[in-house]
Amino acid sequence: MGSGDVDALGLATSLILVAVALTVSLGQHLRLEKTLVWSVVRAFGQLIVMGFVLAWLLEPGRGIGFSWLWVAGMVVFAAWTVRSRAPEITGLFSIAILALTAATGVTMGVIFGLGVFPMEARAIVPLGGMMIGNSLGSTVVAARRVADELSDKRAEVEARLALGHSSRDAGRPYVRNAIRTALTPQIESTKAVGLVFLPGAMTGLILAGVDPIDAVLVQAAIMYLILGTVATTSVVIGIGSLRRLFTPDHRLKRLARKTT
Amino acid sequence: MVTDVFTFDGTTVSFNGVTALDRVSAGIPVGKLCVVAGSSGSGKSTLLRLCNRLEIPTSGRVMFHGTELSTLDPLSLRRKVGMVFQRPALFPGTVRENLLVAEPAASKATLAETLTHAELDGTFLDRAGDDLSGGEAQRVCLARTLICRPEVLLMDEPTSSLHPAASLALETTVRRLHTEQSVDIVWVTHDVTQIDRLAEHLLVLSRGRAVYSGDPDTNEAKLALETLTVEEES
Repeated sequence: MGSGDVDALGLATSLILVAVALTVSLGQHLRLEKTLVWSVVRAFGQLIVMGFVLAWLLEPGRGIGFSWLWVAGMVVFAAWTVRSRAPEITGLFSIAILALTAATGVTMGVIFGLGVFPMEARAIVPLGGMMIGNSLGSTVVAARRVADELSDKRAEVEARLALGHSSRDAGRPYVRNAIRTALTPQIESTKAVGLVFLPGAMTGLILAGVDPIDAVLVQAAIMYLILGTVATTSVVIGIGSLRRLFTPDHRLKRLARKTT
Repeated sequence: MVTDVFTFDGTTVSFNGVTALDRVSAGIPVGKLCVVAGSSGSGKSTLLRLCNRLEIPTSGRVMFHGTELSTLDPLSLRRKVGMVFQRPALFPGTVRENLLVAEPAASKATLAETLTHAELDGTFLDRAGDDLSGGEAQRVCLARTLICRPEVLLMDEPTSSLHPAASLALETTVRRLHTEQSVDIVWVTHDVTQIDRLAEHLLVLSRGRAVYSGDPDTNEAKLALETLTVEEES
């Protein structure tokens, strides 16, 4: 175990707490058993595929274009996920592609431009994954909350429109709430860093023998970039969603409620 | 010379496969308190929402003082054509904050004067919206609309969630605005007694079609209202 290897027994042992969660779910009739099992199996499958892909990408002589292609695939998958979580917002996929591409592009530009990490496959894929993965949760929440707020508070929004407010002004309080909700977990985890948990990149660098102070500086840079990426994508998705839920002549569209 | 505040010309509104208004052609005359009557689902709220462009026609036209609504800027139109909704939708905060959402630059005197028009006294300014009764909340909504100094007031069944005394009081307030401030009123209701008390002009809708438009005291009007009563009961 000291070398960082996990054998089948170690992997099986790590499922003990999942078994506890399953027992609780059964005992309390939470009906989460199917979801729990599916998420465990799916995550394992995805990680195995990812492992093979990374191994292929990291083979000596492999062009870094493939790594960037993989990051582009992550952006498309993340945008598709955002779209599927708020299907009533037309055109959300293209907004999400735009937001994630721009934010990831700028972030990766900073990381490689300033030489924080060398631009090679072993950095491009995991860093891209960190940026997009952290943004995904927040953008889904931002889009979903904007749609729900405008649907639940339709009467208030229309009352604002009826007072002559533009759609942007009428929707602003609700989008503000949505973006705030979307960003809170990232802000809280940024505040708690070092006190409650040690983030992955830093832990990895220390385990790899890098000086802890250097590891901290790298982690701080990554953390700020993640926070910036999450904030940018959430704001773009929030404002973009708002624009898509109104007509150009400042009417609130009829929103079909999400049923799943 | 245009004598109608609003003119509907073959106006149809459909959404989600349902026709809410079906080729309605009628006028709402200037200077009259117009009541739009109809049973549930007759399209009366849709007709009202057309007047300030919260809704747009699928086909046909709607005119405001002879000018097609689609050619007017919706934001300035909505300042001229105020709307009070069926259920009072107060924004979070105090009454003062609600009024300031409508008119951020309003002075203390304007706020107090506006409350007076809605027959509320100045002590209401610092009351929280959550602490108001249904009738008081609806009056605050009226005041919030009045602070924009609208030429026309659209009232979408504003008394449906109020008890009888509050309903009568709101009717009196609005009638006073109509007579003393010359505000044109379009009042939607399905309550026949309210129609009797308020209507100077009557437009009756049934299943999305205009079945009567004119003087509320004619036999034809009474016949149209009897149809409405039958529809309500069925």
